[in-house]
Amino acid sequence: MAFISSGYNPEKPMEDRITDIGPRKYDEFYPPVIAKNKGKWLYHEYLQPGVLVHVAESGDEVYTVRCGGARLMSTSHIREICEIADKHCGGHVRWTTRNNIEFMVDNKSKVQPLLDDLAGRKFKGGSFKFPVGGTGAGVSNIVHTQGWIHCHTPATDASGPVKAVMDEVFADFQQHRMPAHVRVSLACCLNMCGAVHCSDIAILGYHRKPPMLDHEYLDKMCEIPLAIAACPTAAIKPAKVEINGQKLNSVAVNNERCMFCGNCYTMCPSMPLADTEGDGIVIMAGGKVSNRISAPKFSKVVVAFIPNEAPRWPKTAETIKQMIEAYAKDARKYERLGEWAERIGWERFFEKCELDFTHHLIDDFRDPAYYTWRQTTQFKF
Amino acid sequence: MAKHETPMLDQLESGPWPSFVSDLKQQAEKRAKNAEGIEFQVPQDAVEDLLGVLELSYKHGRTHWKHGGIVGVFGYGGGVIGRYCDQPQMFPGVAHFHTMRINQPGGKFYTTKFLRDLCDLWDFRGSGITNMHGSTGDIIFLGTTTPQLEEIFYELTHKLDQDLGGSGSNLRTPADCIGQARCEYACYDTQALCYDLTNEYQDELHRPAFPYKFKFKFDGCPNCCVASIARSDLSFIGTWKDDIKIDQAAVQAYIGGEIVPNAGAHSGRDWGKFDIQKEVIDLCPTGCMAMDGKTLKINNRECTRCMHCINVMPRALRIGDERGVSILAGAKAPILDGAQMGTLVVPFIECEPPYTKIKEEVIEPLWDWWMEEGKNRERLGELMKRQGLQKVIEVLGVDPDPRMVQEPRSNPYIFWKEEEVEGGWERDINEFRKHHLR
Repeated sequence: MAFISSGYNPEKPMEDRITDIGPRKYDEFYPPVIAKNKGKWLYHEYLQPGVLVHVAESGDEVYTVRCGGARLMSTSHIREICEIADKHCGGHVRWTTRNNIEFMVDNKSKVQPLLDDLAGRKFKGGSFKFPVGGTGAGVSNIVHTQGWIHCHTPATDASGPVKAVMDEVFADFQQHRMPAHVRVSLACCLNMCGAVHCSDIAILGYHRKPPMLDHEYLDKMCEIPLAIAACPTAAIKPAKVEINGQKLNSVAVNNERCMFCGNCYTMCPSMPLADTEGDGIVIMAGGKVSNRISAPKFSKVVVAFIPNEAPRWPKTAETIKQMIEAYAKDARKYERLGEWAERIGWERFFEKCELDFTHHLIDDFRDPAYYTWRQTTQFKF
Repeated sequence: MAKHETPMLDQLESGPWPSFVSDLKQQAEKRAKNAEGIEFQVPQDAVEDLLGVLELSYKHGRTHWKHGGIVGVFGYGGGVIGRYCDQPQMFPGVAHFHTMRINQPGGKFYTTKFLRDLCDLWDFRGSGITNMHGSTGDIIFLGTTTPQLEEIFYELTHKLDQDLGGSGSNLRTPADCIGQARCEYACYDTQALCYDLTNEYQDELHRPAFPYKFKFKFDGCPNCCVASIARSDLSFIGTWKDDIKIDQAAVQAYIGGEIVPNAGAHSGRDWGKFDIQKEVIDLCPTGCMAMDGKTLKINNRECTRCMHCINVMPRALRIGDERGVSILAGAKAPILDGAQMGTLVVPFIECEPPYTKIKEEVIEPLWDWWMEEGKNRERLGELMKRQGLQKVIEVLGVDPDPRMVQEPRSNPYIFWKEEEVEGGWERDINEFRKHHLR
């Protein structure tokens, strides 16, 4: 493995240096039918789950076939996407904000051959490479974070639980039988790189043990004042400890005040919290970002803890399936999961979804907690 | 023969959903075979070791990745995230496994030529594993070593005309919805604004000068397909001021059943015949719609542009023509002080290039304030909470507007300023005592 240079010269880093040029311009990549009709679209329709048509003022049509993707993708997989795009779509393809892949063709006659081609492609292990779906009143792809594949703070894996849950709800990825669309998201820790806090259903990795203190290294690895300032509940204070007869600067943690956010660990690698039994999953529900009918809403915690059950997270998958089925059965047309929960009341939500209500689900974090307690006699038995 | 046994991961190969494990295995095999004779610049067995370390995490229930430390390309503070394995002896192929964020094109449209160029580069100088795409929007290259960073950057900029994205206490890579490229609801060109601001603020994107991360996201309409209202410090949501356009013939076609409602999104179930009263008029949050005989009437002045009626009848109802954006500030996920939704700070602003008003009257004053007042790791939304919406109004120099609040305050603890009270606050106690005995 000899080192091959592209031409970069570390002796003269500024020589010929090109910086701050930004991304490639979006319109270089538009398929011709998109470039021609941009801003002049009249309407769209879902012809079947996963297949859309958009009709322009000019009468032009673009047919889109949407496929689920695992987000984590190898170059082999991307090259296969390119091969399909070359064969059917004139060398153009796009991704959606939910990690779906969209193949677009400009004529209806090109749709079926594309669908046939996609259906025939499977991984060696047996799963589909390009399942078509993810549109309309169904369950779209789960947006997620890195998890154990690449992140240093996760409390659960991301790709694994997502694969397990998507297998469980796969039929609804390919159907339109829900009252409205259902958006499931996963963030592998409270940092929420995936910003799952406004999803219909959110899978959230969560630690349940306060940080360990690597006293011997803490002062060498970390800026102690930063670690202290990082704590939102002021649970960390400076401390002197004696290790092998040596007085060291370190910190002490008031464990009872810790809500395991891991912010200290982000600032100070000598305060890890990850733990086999301590870590697991919180399920949240009822959030949305759209302004449609009701205002955007945060997701609420409906299951305080499910252990990490690698490799297939059965309890997590089952709980989500249960909620989706209860919602599908009971909600009205156009009603999002959170709107349904608010209409029937959260007491009914727990009943219908067969979820236990525990003390962990009562908010006790600062002011916002108060606004979630009930101050009325309007409740249901 | 695989380098590491992966009995737990193997169980994620079954089932219909695309298996990332199968994909990783195909990539590992391809690298091992190396049919194209690539002179790999990072270990050939990187993907095999990635599978190995992930299997170990499955066994331990814990991650095996460490904090990154300082790695990056010269002159940038963002775009590269250092990553090291905490079991380098067991998995030398991924001992160093840094992430590079590549600034995605607007709308995430690609040509296969560009994608293949990226793949060629990443097979040669990285692991060949990516995220398409990361949560913020970038193309994520997962897994390379420190000596490759400058080389990758050199090839990206010199050969692919392509830059890195943002990470750290920077402007993060802005992201947009598909917008006018393929959506009839888009009230402005999300891609054009995203591209313009991304380029305008390259310095902020690549060189950390902020208290913490800062995100711009661009939604073409209030349906919010990129979730800007929930996860961006500044959220640009397309809207309109004038009337919804109605095609009465198409309304009748929906009522008559010739056109399926909600663009066919409910095709998987028999919900009965479309009922415009029940499905549109009664669900309108403001009650501003009614049927007058065969004519659909909308009292547009009362409409809050929730999009429901347009979503249900896209062929009959269209967004208005006087278009622009609403700007909301301060959304974030829970770390540190709990989740926050974006707060409406600019109800309406025109949105045409060169976007000078947006830059000079909204973005830059907010940044100046946040950089001056924000604490380390304090997001804009947290500063807004700490100093109040009044302060934001002052910083932006806009008039207070009932559109900015859900309701007026229910506590009367009003912080009057001295200059707002006649005569000021300094008074003479002796004058007072002349009429009020001690």
